[in-house]
Amino acid sequence: MRLEKFQMIDRVERLDRAARSITCRCEVPRESSVFEGHFPGHPLLPGTLMIEAIAQCCGLLVLALHDFARMPVLVGVDKARMRAMIAPGAVLAAEGRLVQEGAVYVAAAGRLLSEGRKVAEAEIRLGTIPFPSEQFRADVRGFARQIGLI
Amino acid sequence: MADYKQETFDVVAGIIAEVSSIDRTTIAADSHAINDLGIDSLDFLDVTFAIDKKFGIKMPVEKWMEDVNEGRAKAEEFFVMHNLVRHIDDLVAAKAAAA
Repeated sequence: MRLEKFQMIDRVERLDRAARSITCRCEVPRESSVFEGHFPGHPLLPGTLMIEAIAQCCGLLVLALHDFARMPVLVGVDKARMRAMIAPGAVLAAEGRLVQEGAVYVAAAGRLLSEGRKVAEAEIRLGTIPFPSEQFRADVRGFARQIGLI
Repeated sequence: MADYKQETFDVVAGIIAEVSSIDRTTIAADSHAINDLGIDSLDFLDVTFAIDKKFGIKMPVEKWMEDVNEGRAKAEEFFVMHNLVRHIDDLVAAKAAAA
């Protein structure tokens, strides 16, 4: 994770196109300016960033399944639960599974695990919109290649 | 007014009322989802999600918007309630026929 860059996913570990599911690796950094405020002397990964990690994981799944045809953007989060506190240095697995697909949206179920234990979960709704430019699409592809999505 | 199923109308009106926090009794067959009911684009995405899920269909809302934006159809054709419901009935029938 590069929290300051809002990059929550370090590596795609498994993509199952048939099952429409994905697993990603997220390494919580030992140091980050985020931890300076959350909280001073007691650093914890903010719960909102746990949900962001799940959302990004699901977004990568959509990109892969749609071959980068459209850009997924977060439009809704339901049933979000943060079940444990996550400290710097933790290694998390983010999992996403597509559960419903419409013409302009995708719904996915996601969760975050630490040492096999569920620490967060949410139902994620992503709108799928045209990429703002071919350059942006190429940049996203480049990042996807970097983290092993393609 | 186009033919539509009252039971479909009731389900769709219920979804819109719940998603958009609109008084169900204000939703009539000739209500325009956007102009009269004030449903914004994000609400409409949620409404589409709920309708797709309820009826097991995929409403081609992007195609509808393209048709409106490119002058091939009027917005009323898709977004006035009785027309919207008729389109949903058609999609449900097409799905049943394809099964």
